[in-house]
Parts: sequence; structure tokens; C-alpha cells
Amino acid sequence: MSDPIYKTEELIAEDINAYLDLHQHKSMLRFITCGSVDDGKSTLIGRLLYDSKMIFEDQLESLEYDSKKVGTQGQEIDFALLVDGLAAEREQGITIDVAYRFFATEKRKYIVADTPGHEQYTRNMVTGASTADLAVILIDARKGILTQTRRHSYLAHLIGIKNIVLAVNKMDLIDYNQSQYDQIVSDYAEFAQQIGITGFTPIPLSGLKGDNIASKSDAMPWYDGVSLIDHLDDLQISSDSNQSEDFRMAVQWVNRPNLDFRGFSGQITKGTIAPGDPVRILPSGKTTIVDKIVTMDGDLENAYKGQSVTLTLKDEVDCSRGDVIVAADNPPEVADQFETTIVWMAEDAMLPGRAYQMKIGTQLVSATVQSPKYQINVNSHEQMAAKTLELNNIGVCEISTDKRITFEAYSDNRAMGGFILIDRITNATVAAGMIHFALRRSQNVHWQAIDINREAHAALKNQKPRTLWFTGLSGSGKSTIANLVEKKLHALGKHTYLLDGDNVRHGLNKDLGFTDTDRVENIRRIAEVANLMTDAGLIVLTAFISPFRAERQMARNLLQDGEFIEIHVNTPLKVAEQRDVKGLYKKARSGELKNFTGIDSPYEAPENAEITVDTTTMSAEEAADAIVKHILG
Amino acid sequence: MTQLTHLQRLEAESIHILREVAAEAEKPVMLYSVGKDSAVMLHLAKKAFYPSPPPFPLMHVDTTWKFKAMYALREKAAKDAGMELIVHQNPEAKEKGINPFDHGSVHTDMWKTEGLKQALDLHGFDAAFGGARRDEEKSRAKERVFSFRGENHRWDPKSQRPELWNLYNSRKSKNESIRVFPISNWTELDIWQYIHLENIEIVPLYMSEKRPTVMRDGMLLMVDDERFPLKDGEEPEMKSIRFRTLGCYPLTGAVESEATTLPEIIQEMLLTTTSERQGRAIDHDQAASMEKKKQEGYF
Repeated sequence: MSDPIYKTEELIAEDINAYLDLHQHKSMLRFITCGSVDDGKSTLIGRLLYDSKMIFEDQLESLEYDSKKVGTQGQEIDFALLVDGLAAEREQGITIDVAYRFFATEKRKYIVADTPGHEQYTRNMVTGASTADLAVILIDARKGILTQTRRHSYLAHLIGIKNIVLAVNKMDLIDYNQSQYDQIVSDYAEFAQQIGITGFTPIPLSGLKGDNIASKSDAMPWYDGVSLIDHLDDLQISSDSNQSEDFRMAVQWVNRPNLDFRGFSGQITKGTIAPGDPVRILPSGKTTIVDKIVTMDGDLENAYKGQSVTLTLKDEVDCSRGDVIVAADNPPEVADQFETTIVWMAEDAMLPGRAYQMKIGTQLVSATVQSPKYQINVNSHEQMAAKTLELNNIGVCEISTDKRITFEAYSDNRAMGGFILIDRITNATVAAGMIHFALRRSQNVHWQAIDINREAHAALKNQKPRTLWFTGLSGSGKSTIANLVEKKLHALGKHTYLLDGDNVRHGLNKDLGFTDTDRVENIRRIAEVANLMTDAGLIVLTAFISPFRAERQMARNLLQDGEFIEIHVNTPLKVAEQRDVKGLYKKARSGELKNFTGIDSPYEAPENAEITVDTTTMSAEEAADAIVKHILG
Repeated sequence: MTQLTHLQRLEAESIHILREVAAEAEKPVMLYSVGKDSAVMLHLAKKAFYPSPPPFPLMHVDTTWKFKAMYALREKAAKDAGMELIVHQNPEAKEKGINPFDHGSVHTDMWKTEGLKQALDLHGFDAAFGGARRDEEKSRAKERVFSFRGENHRWDPKSQRPELWNLYNSRKSKNESIRVFPISNWTELDIWQYIHLENIEIVPLYMSEKRPTVMRDGMLLMVDDERFPLKDGEEPEMKSIRFRTLGCYPLTGAVESEATTLPEIIQEMLLTTTSERQGRAIDHDQAASMEKKKQEGYF
């Protein structure tokens, strides 16, 4: 423990104030270690904690005890036991994903993201890497570059980590042989170049023996680089603020203690700001000037990347959570269609066409993902055709959002280009994504300017076009009531069209089956057709179970305000099951029919339907009359 | 190039988390234990929302067995922050007279674990801030910042969500709630350093003073009031002691120390070799791991 790197004990004992001053000015570095237990990852992390005195005596006692009992190093201390504890966790059935460990040197505090395990590796590594400034890729010197080395490197690169350390571990087991080490480094350089890694720092080391960890090892005089800790301590990292970058801050919370104060709180993701600086609020584009930077410690003269602050503005402009305050010049783009890379993280596969919640910065919008353009094999980096993405798959997909969002390419700004997708039903985080660029398509494919427009169609028919969207359980009476409504409208001289489930599946949607993906696509096409027919001036009636709010919302979003009339045919499951006109419930109960809505597949009742009809208290005729009255009245 | 110090980075991250919850949760609350970690968390909340007071109440799940000095600071801290203080004491535990001397682990279960669930249900809080840190214990190293609890507040390790970048998914169903740990990434040293730097008021018990003590089962206990049942031959002895961690006084071990200032405490902490949680009886109790306690809803 006489290593100069950690030699703070004397200072602590002699002059604690000087030590505190030193510690207070430390910076922070977050890194991820990639490799399996076989590569000596746990041993390396354990060694870092041990050498930096992050282990206390009681922990050390149990470490020594465990080392002798279950360790792999004979009577020596097994550092891996410090961080592993995996066996116990496995017994308890706990998923080990990302563990965070802490240690400090004289110069920096470190947070290490440790991602053990192979099964969920992609998901866990992407999670751990998302907050890392640097990645340590571990290689067993005896084995050289393996498939997993390529996978780790690819993922680190994908998530945008620019600082990569190639830690060639277990040098003691190859007798500190320089030529073997050189070969590994040159192999890696060739591979790194192929996948676009522009630079990396190779270090030969031994976690077990401590070679080139805290200080340079005598065992490898041929190595002219620095030790791992020296490299980490002295590295310039991108989380440091760069004055020349343009200011960006997503508004998290509007601070309004009284009528005289209105501040906008957020964490600065890029650039610097000072009172008097002109800023722009996106997406509205309004400009104003920063008045003050308010903190509890007093107003600041300037603030920069990484700080959480509250800004007041000179003018009373509209600004709320989800808006982004940016430098007035050179603002980021605002768009609603993007090309992205998606990492799928849920057990249930992605459903192209399904609307997910998308959180990007402080913006929360509805987003639809298209089928992947291609999927990427993380081991070979080949592009493969794919219809969907499953757990731990990575693919390039186009997505569209229901509102325009403020963003920057992930490669330029992680905070404004990285997003998560959230399932609307389970609320689980199902994917992580990175925006490449906005698609020009939406801007360039303009609607053909047609002289006879929506209004003209409607005027000639002398009616207000609508889509009457009937939703409810199987057997609730949707088709019966929709049919009656159409007859009544027809009798009144209205131009109508009823889209019937079975009929549509015979033609337009005959290529679709009954998987979740196909069900979503089925509803998407129906919604598009309904939209075109409404545009043509018709009153469209659709009668589908359409069990998910997400898809009904998507249909609603396609139409103009007021055109979409959601009609909830509210029949309790018990009643619908008693009726069982088509005998489907019986089949579902016996297990003959899978994924039947209401039995083993959920029905999400509308929360704010325009019309709700209760078929237990009114007849189909009465219901139809009420609907006709509602839309014509 | 300007570089934030590690404490500035930790502070900014914690403030970001506090604000996200305030903006997205329907009815958040801050759990306050009157300890040093709570003190730091409360201070960060004051900073996050300044000049507004933090837009949620403080809640102390009380066991009636805390040190007197803790009760004194509790009232003052809430008042200084301009926050409402909610104190919850499990009525059933009160009625049954549950105490740490006679009831062992039942004491923690009923007052703390059950008491916390009751209090959250009673007030309908959907997000609760807690002052747990990842460096406290091996099993906490992998705890999320946003920890999801299902019905009956159970922690299901399989349904926890991946946390990427600084994007926290706070969406939940009706019967679910979230425990949020804004100081996850702080270490014990960071906490002390920050208290020192920001001049945060903490319970005086953290500083050494002559106090009446009894040695029992290898733990140095402080006789804080007359409820402490002395065994035959036990005579409280005045010793210069302080506490590294504060809980119920009969369950919290003191250390002999002469450290009366924060720098001296930090100095002692850095030079001593016993980890923080060793002072708490709860961890030694039977084979009950933190993991199990967490699944049952203990913070």
C-alpha cells in the first residue's frame, strides 16, 4: 500500500484540511468495464477498490475468509470476491444487470459501471455505457481478440464512447511477452478501424499481480506507456464543458413561487450561458434574453455544461416543461420523422406501427416505429433483414412522432439525441434509441395541392364528414349497432360507408394474420382508409374490437379535430360471454382460441369516448338513435 | 474548458433527479430520517427548487425510539425548509408497545417497514425520495435510481427498468409507486465533504461528546432516556463517543472518539477501518439480508 497514487494517508493524518481541499477539487470520471469473469474483470475492479482503500477492515476480514474458503487463489486474496457475490444473487433469482462501484485517487473520483453476465449482455452493457465517459475493454492475453471483444467494442462505439482502453490482462500468464502483446494490439487496431473506432489506448496489465494498474510495472520494461490509473487520471473527457459549443438546456420544471418570479429549471446539456445572452425557445422559436441565473448560492455570472440551474428571461414568453432553451444563433432542428438506431430491451418484441411513448430530454411524445430497415449482428456487424426487433436486437428504424420535437444527432449531443421508448400498457422501458438525422421526406413529399379539397367534397355532399369508431368486446353489439346507424343515416340522405372487419381481411388486409404485430398493422391500415374516405366527404363507420388505446389514439391523430368519434359499446364481459353469438368465448375458455380479448388478452376501455352506449340498459335501436342524434344534432 | 468538480457533478445530477420527480409524479414525498444522508438530500431539494420551497412534504416514519436530539432537529429542519412535516407512527406498534429491547427484528418490521407502507397508503403518495446510497452495501450497488414497487409495495427485482443516460421513466399504473434515490452515486466521504462544504446542519450526535454509555453484545450503546432497561450490574459510564450512523438509539452502536469537528470526523473516517453499516444491529440480525428486507418493502 505504499503506492504514491493512493498515498494520501499521511496527508490525512497530518493536515486534514489540506486533504479536504485536495479532495474537493477532484473531478469525476465514469467508465464501464467490458469483459467476462474469465477475462479477470472482477479481479481488476476488486484490485482498484482495494488499492484505493475503498475496502474497510470488516470487509477485508470477510474477504480474507472467503478467499480461503471459496477463492481461486489459494491462500492469496481473491479480489474478484469483492465485487462478485453473484452466486448468492443467482440463488435468490435476482437478475444482475448493472452494478455501480466507486473509488477515488488523488485526482479523480470514479464511478465504475460493472455489467456481469452474458445473457442480457447487450441490454446491460448499453445501459451501463450510456453514462460512461470511457470504456475499458478487457482481453485475456492468452486468448487475444474474441467474438465478445468485437461485440463489446461495437457496443461501446455504438453508444458513442470516444475513449477506449484496450486492457490486455493476464500478462503474467504469458510471461509478459512483448511480441504477443504487440500482435494483439495490431489485430485490434485493424478491427477497430473497420468499425469506425478512431483511437484507443492499449495497456498491458495484470489485475491479479497489480502490474501497470496503479503504477508502472517492472515486469514490462519494454512498455513505454502509462499505468491504467495514470491514464484515467489524466484523460481529458468530453463531459468537460467546451466554451465554443452552443448553449442547450431542456426545461424540466417551471419555478413559480409567486407572481413576481418565473424561472425555468433544467440541467445544461451543452455550452455556456450568461445574463444578457440572447436565447431561443424551441419548438416555438420565440427569442428573448437571459435575465438572471438563479441559484440558492446567489445569482451566477455564468453557468456551463453539466450544471443544474434556474434561468429567468427578460420577456414573458411561453415556455414550459418539454421546451428547450438554446442559443439564439444556430438552433437545433425540430422535426417529426427520424432515422434512428434502436436497441430493443423488452421480452416482448417490437410491434412496428404500434404507438409507444418516447422520452427524449424532458419531451414526452407518442412515436411509431417502422419495421427495421435492417438489423445489425453485434458479433459480425453484418446488416440483416428483419421484420421486427426482439430482446437484445439492434436495428436501424425510422420513427415518426405525433408532435414535432427538438433534437440533435446523437453523435453531436447525447442528451438531445438519445431517447427511450415506453410501452403504453405495461409502462416498461422497452427500448433505447439514438437519432441519426431527421428525414427530409416529410418536408419534401408535400401533399399534392388538390383544388377539390376536403371541404369541397363535404360541401357537395352537404354533410360533415366523420369517422365513427366503434370499439368494444367481441359480442358487445358493435356491428349490430353500426349497421343500424348506417341504415338510419342512409335513410336521411347521408353518404356513408361501413368498414367491416371480415370484409377488410378478405381484401386489403388478406396478407395479415392474428399476431400482435399484424393486429396493429390491421388497425393502422383501417385508420388510413377511414381517413381517406373521410377526406372524400363520407361518414365512415368502423366496427373492430380495437382493444388498445394506443392504436385508437393513432387513428384519432390521423383525422382532423372533431372528425373522430369514438363510440364505446360498453357491454360487460359477463353479458357478452352469455350472448356468445359466434361461440367464440366458449372456444376461448376451453383454450382452443388463444389471445382472445377479454379472456387472455386485455381490453383497454376508452377513457374519454365521445359516446358511450350501455347495451344492458338500452336496445340496439335506442343506441343507434342516440348516436345519430349526437352526430347530426 | 471548464470542469465541474466531482461534488458539483453529483449535486447537479441529484438536482436533476429531484426535479424530474417533482415534474412527473402526481404526489411525491421526501422520506426524512434525520440522519446525515437525509440532511444532504433535504439540502439538495432546497437548492433544486429555490426560490420556491420544495414542492412536496417531508415525512418521518417514526419508531418513537429515535434519539432525542434527532426529534429536535427534525422540527427545525422542516421549518427552515418551509416544508410541511408529516410524522407517522404505526398505531398497531404503538398499541402493542413494540420496542427494540423485547421484540428484536419485529421492531424494525412493524415500526419501519409496516409503518412506511401505511404512511404511503394513507396519504396516497406515488413517489417517495429516500437517501440510500449504492456504496453502502454490496446488494445496493445495482439498485436503480427509480425503484418500482408493485401492489403492497413489493419490490420485484425482475420488473425493474433499465436506466439510460439521465432519462428516467416514471410512468406507472394505479397501484404502483416509486422509491427514488437521488443520492445513489454519493459515497460516505462525498456526503461528509458536502456537509462540510455547504455547512449543512446535522444532529450533534455525529460529533463527539461525553455521553452515558453501556457496552452490550459488543456494541457501545448510549443511554438516551429512562426507557433503557439496565441489566444487573450495568452502570452507565460517561465516555467520549459519537455516531457514524443514526437509527433507533438502542440499535445504534457508537464509537469512542475525540472528533468534535467535521474535518476531524472525516479524518477519523478515512483512517478507521470499519465500514459504516457495522454500527447498525439490523444487518447482523439472523440471516436477514438487505435484499430480503428490500423485497418486503424496507427502504
